[in-house]
Amino acid sequence: MRANEDRLRGFLLLGLSGDARAYRDFLEALSAHLRAFFRRRLAHLPDEVEDLVQECLLAIHNQRHTYETDQPLTPWVHAIAKYKLIDLIRRRASVDRLTEPLDDEHDVFSSADAEASEARRDIAKLLDQLPDRQRLPIVCVKLRGLSVVETARMTGMSASAVKVGVHRGLKALAAKIRKDE
Amino acid sequence: MNTDDLVTMLATGPAAGIANAPKYRFVAAIGWGALGATLLMAILLGVRHDLADAVSRPMFWVKLGYVVSLAAAGLFALSRLARPGARVAGAAFGLAAPVLLMWLIAAIELTAADPAKLSDLVFGRTWASCPLLIATLSVPTFAAMAWATKGFAPTRLRLAGAALGLASGGIAAAVYSLHCPEMAAPFLGLWYLAGLLIPAALGVLSGPLLLRW
Repeated sequence: MRANEDRLRGFLLLGLSGDARAYRDFLEALSAHLRAFFRRRLAHLPDEVEDLVQECLLAIHNQRHTYETDQPLTPWVHAIAKYKLIDLIRRRASVDRLTEPLDDEHDVFSSADAEASEARRDIAKLLDQLPDRQRLPIVCVKLRGLSVVETARMTGMSASAVKVGVHRGLKALAAKIRKDE
Repeated sequence: MNTDDLVTMLATGPAAGIANAPKYRFVAAIGWGALGATLLMAILLGVRHDLADAVSRPMFWVKLGYVVSLAAAGLFALSRLARPGARVAGAAFGLAAPVLLMWLIAAIELTAADPAKLSDLVFGRTWASCPLLIATLSVPTFAAMAWATKGFAPTRLRLAGAALGLASGGIAAAVYSLHCPEMAAPFLGLWYLAGLLIPAALGVLSGPLLLRW
């Protein structure tokens, strides 16, 4: 667990300082831990696991500025994962179908599960519902890997509008996920 | 979109490195909230007519220090609760200390007082309106700080709502103290505290709805 904390935190800190490769490693390792964490707690709702992993990844990405870099990573991730889990259970209003209790141990990094199951909700479809000023920057910058300048030239938007579009678009996507249930 | 593609999408592009916390939001919220409360007070109540005289009395500053330190402790708690997994236990001490200190002064005043004047010290002349007026003045700060908190990621929404209410109530009480003529510690320890607890209770009730993300 301790080793996982150090490894993931190392990736995240590098990622936050601009290393995209390390940030990818962070998200990849994180998704495996989240998957195992949610699988244990959603034993009776296995179909929800992958959707929740995705929702949580997006939440962690969008809220990464709330992580204080001198603090341990586990409590931060655990608090978000638990919050999103409880939020899902409230939305489903089916607490009684859970067999695993929600404990307070910080064991979000104690196990990992790299085997993804099929997500039921398709984030790509939600992305299509965003307005152009958010959708186009995300498609160009985040999916096709174009630079901000190239995207600005292609879409006729200003460079800062592209950046804002990506930022707000990912937040809007997270909001759509919450309302999608 | 499968999870691998989502990971790739999130990690692609120049945005991965940006990590500026919108801390300025809290500063802006305090500014707008305090301004709103001051305007509300100017319209509804006006400043106490003997303010120039009152500022020369130590109790005026004790009263102001009392509510400002409660506001600061509430704000500190809120800034901790706005971040997932951050420790918040220290804030409880910051909230309890000014109240206990005021109660200590109140106990001394009450013991020393003429028994016939006890009810004056506790109820003053404005006990019935004071908590409600503080709660009213807290509305602009409450709204501004709810907006500021939404820029973060609170995960304990009822507790965050309570801190939000205490912080905005504290700022409202600081503004209200420029109007309010009451200077007795028992009054301040009771009715000012009640004025803070009204928005705090509203925060507990509305937190899960208001601060959800």
